[in-house]
Amino acid sequence: MTSISAPVEAPPARPARTPRNVGRLRVDRKGWLFVGPFLAVFALVFLAPIVYAVWLSLFREQVFFGGTEFVGLDNYAAVLGDAKFWESFFRVLLFLVVQVPVMLGLALVAALAIDSARLHAAGFFRIVVFLPYAVPAVVAALMWGFIYGDTFGLAADLNELLGRKAVEPLSGDWILLSIGNIVTWEFVGYNMLILYSALKVIPNDLYEAAAIDGAGTFRTILSVKLPAIRGAVMIATIFSIIGSFQLFNEPNILRSLAPNAINTFYTPNMYAYNLSFGGQQYNYSATVAIVMGVITAIIAYVVQLRGSRKGA
Amino acid sequence: MSPTRRSRQVAIVLATALATALSACSSGGDGGTAPGGATGTQDAVDAALREGGEITYWSWTPSAKAQVEAFQQEFPNVKINYVNAGTGNDHYTKLQNAIKAGSGAPDVAQIEYQALPQFALTGSLVDLGQYGFNDFQDDYTPSTWNSVKVGGGLFGLPQDSGPMALFYNKELFDKHAIAVPKTWAEYVDAARKLHAADPTKYITADTGDAGFATSMIWQAGGKPFTTDGKSVKIDLQDEGAKKWTSTWDQLVEEKLVSTIPGWSDAWYKALADGTIATLALGAWTPGVLESSVKGGAGKWAVAPLPTYDGGTPVTAENGGGGQSVLKQSSKPALAAGFVRWLNNGNGIKPFLESGGFPATKADLDSAAFKDKASPYFGGQQINQVLTAAAGQVVPGWSYLPYQLYANSIFGDTVGKSYAAGTSLDPGLADWQKALVDYGNQQGFTVNG
Amino acid sequence: MSTVATRSPLKPRKSRLLTAVMAVYLLYTLVPLAWLLISATKTQQDLLSTSGMAFGGTFALFDNIAETFTHDDGIFLRWLGNTLLYVVVGAGGATILATAAGYGLAKYKFRGRRAVFAVLLGAIAIPGTALAVPTFLMFSNLGLTNTPWAIIIPSLVSPFGLYLVWTYATEAVPDELLEAARIDGAGEVRIFLTVTLRLLMPGVVTVALFAVVSTWNNYFLPLIMLSKPEWYPLTVGLNQWSAQASGVGAQPIYHLVITGSVITIVPLVIAFLLLQRFWQSGLTAGSVKQ
Repeated sequence: MTSISAPVEAPPARPARTPRNVGRLRVDRKGWLFVGPFLAVFALVFLAPIVYAVWLSLFREQVFFGGTEFVGLDNYAAVLGDAKFWESFFRVLLFLVVQVPVMLGLALVAALAIDSARLHAAGFFRIVVFLPYAVPAVVAALMWGFIYGDTFGLAADLNELLGRKAVEPLSGDWILLSIGNIVTWEFVGYNMLILYSALKVIPNDLYEAAAIDGAGTFRTILSVKLPAIRGAVMIATIFSIIGSFQLFNEPNILRSLAPNAINTFYTPNMYAYNLSFGGQQYNYSATVAIVMGVITAIIAYVVQLRGSRKGA
Repeated sequence: MSPTRRSRQVAIVLATALATALSACSSGGDGGTAPGGATGTQDAVDAALREGGEITYWSWTPSAKAQVEAFQQEFPNVKINYVNAGTGNDHYTKLQNAIKAGSGAPDVAQIEYQALPQFALTGSLVDLGQYGFNDFQDDYTPSTWNSVKVGGGLFGLPQDSGPMALFYNKELFDKHAIAVPKTWAEYVDAARKLHAADPTKYITADTGDAGFATSMIWQAGGKPFTTDGKSVKIDLQDEGAKKWTSTWDQLVEEKLVSTIPGWSDAWYKALADGTIATLALGAWTPGVLESSVKGGAGKWAVAPLPTYDGGTPVTAENGGGGQSVLKQSSKPALAAGFVRWLNNGNGIKPFLESGGFPATKADLDSAAFKDKASPYFGGQQINQVLTAAAGQVVPGWSYLPYQLYANSIFGDTVGKSYAAGTSLDPGLADWQKALVDYGNQQGFTVNG
Repeated sequence: MSTVATRSPLKPRKSRLLTAVMAVYLLYTLVPLAWLLISATKTQQDLLSTSGMAFGGTFALFDNIAETFTHDDGIFLRWLGNTLLYVVVGAGGATILATAAGYGLAKYKFRGRRAVFAVLLGAIAIPGTALAVPTFLMFSNLGLTNTPWAIIIPSLVSPFGLYLVWTYATEAVPDELLEAARIDGAGEVRIFLTVTLRLLMPGVVTVALFAVVSTWNNYFLPLIMLSKPEWYPLTVGLNQWSAQASGVGAQPIYHLVITGSVITIVPLVIAFLLLQRFWQSGLTAGSVKQ
């Protein structure tokens, strides 16, 4: 093997490299020895609840007077025709389309800068950029909530400085942007680290080849670095998409500060949560979760497919 | 979703329950056969307290810890596991989860009046009538007693009450020479005058709060929620509701109320520095101001809640609740004994010491309580005003059997009107529609 | 096998412009944290009366820290201990499971390997918060709610960690090396422990780092699973403190929420710094190895 492509890449897209002469069957079964324990716990905490949720989604229980009936796919039909569900879905879609590129763009620039060897105190930058990821989402949302206050928070100080109500982070028009800001602040460092660690393991000979070709900094980035970390970019994208569709903590905690800007079905996940814990509509809530999960999985899969095709 | 399917079994159970309730009601009210669902004597409770044991108690009230300690001193053979499982909704979510799961619920839980029907009607609470607690009826104010009676059963004992009054920043009112409003019309005028005199000041803050809105409708004489067995009637456009919105709309539309969300850090700041000039809230408010708005000391005063006609003072309950015994409890008699001690025994003393506002007539009427001068309120005998209010609550109010859910979606519906600064009536109509739909899905027959 | 470099062989000059641009981003990162730190030095009174980026009249940081640890009979310390327990057992276990599984998937061509990937992706796409009720009911039936297991068991699964090790092992562990070890007669587990783990170290440390952070920050599951504050992790405890500022009997303790937040962040930052160094050296070692 003379060259190694991206270290982080979707495994299904990889060609098998095991030499053909290896006694495959012997090795095969032993793989489960390593994968088994993980899968066992995974089955308990991921698969079993999903199966249970699917089961729940086929019934309807009335909280009062205790009747439960089998309704088949009625709940699914209801979700697909539920204006609240779609409102929340399109809201997170908008969030995704705007916030994810901004966040990943910042993360990529930061990773390239830190990796470039042109930055003073690169180690310091790397740690500080990553720092917000170490702040629990609860703390981050509480903290930004204080800051966003346009009566007493930093937003108020800024408005006073500018002499007008320039920013109203907790108003209905601003709130999605404000949430996007918190999520970006939290996760640029995380994504930077994923991209940075992919950059770190780009083999030297690729750089050498680029240098022999006389490539400058930007040429090297475009022709060597970016293709090499394509897999990492893709995985960061997929995780960000999933994260966006599951948006919950930040809007849920900000809700007490912006009660009318954030409703109970602000994101699909909040909708599912409030159906369960506000209205005890467990069956319908499970259906919302499953529909959302299926949509997310499809989108993530399509992105992954496109991502691997582009590089092929 | 499709309309409800009526299970025959449910109907039979319900009919039986109703018959029991009716026969109990008709059996008169003396001795051990007080009006209500189940009847019995307190002997079982006394025996359980003698025998002792271990029970769990969930509450977030500031007095809970001191009360548990005092109880255990008095009853050394009873161990109370006190748990603060969360405040408000967090507490109810956990309670509901445990009930749904069939285990993990406490023996005794604090439940506010607005939440009680929901837990009572889902069969999660013990009817304390079986321990003879209906005998205590005369010990409590009618409004609090009415709040723990659901469908003829007694599902808790009242701990505190929250008759509403007007808390106002007297310093601010004096500074701008504004008279304390006696009617809501005067209140609106005061709001205009104050905001005109100083645009940073607001008469109050309101971003839409279901508890406040329902209390205001209550005071205006509205009875938007009536429940009779499976049948629920919702009318958020009745005369009382309209009366309230026609007043409050003026404040919302003219942007005379601050949009600082209640209970946020900014709200506490605003109460201290005069940004928010009044609070129309329950009688437990002084405790909150004294402990958490220290900057307002000496500035605040209390007046009766304004009325619509300026005549006989009337008010409503706002907040407040009691303690109930859960069906999951394996020691319901002992748990009932603890509840009795808390709200009809020595537990009241530590409650009062922590600044609580009681539901028991004897404590409300005691001279020591009434005449106490409050240094925070500049020496005003605030309890004179507040205890008077306790006797002026409009009778006949009831909450929805799914009030917690209703409150949770208040922001989705009425909140839109608040955010837009438009009349609250369309918002209330939206709220009503959502509540009718939900009720019908959950097995009620709701004709809104 | 080619060398994997830690840095491009060219040694370009440091750029002030680039550093300045990054410094702007740094400001964005640090201002909220600075606000948090400054606020932690204020009394509840100053917090409610002074501007955000200015210090209050009294420097109360140490009083606040003391009060945070003593408030409500020192429950905060208990929460800190719980969080540590969940991190050590949960994140530790997650790292071990993900490492073994990732290696297994990368280096053993057993049937159903692709199916595992599809299932993983599908499963993490289902919103975890919405599965809370089924999970809660299941755990409740198993008698696990209100015990540390309710938090630890779900933390043991890190699909992302698995993914990271999987991709890392594909590159970092040469098949030839495994074959050589097998020819020497070593068992599969022994190969894993003696040959593979060393090669995987940089990946493992990275997985551990992420697992520690996600366990430390775990909020939603404990919120649902636990009703007894004695088992709360810091995040749930802090939010409970924050929520007690509302309603009848409200007791706002924003100064403790803020100070508690700082205390919650600090150990993680320290752990990150320590792990970072390890991770760094692990990465370098991994690259000069072959």
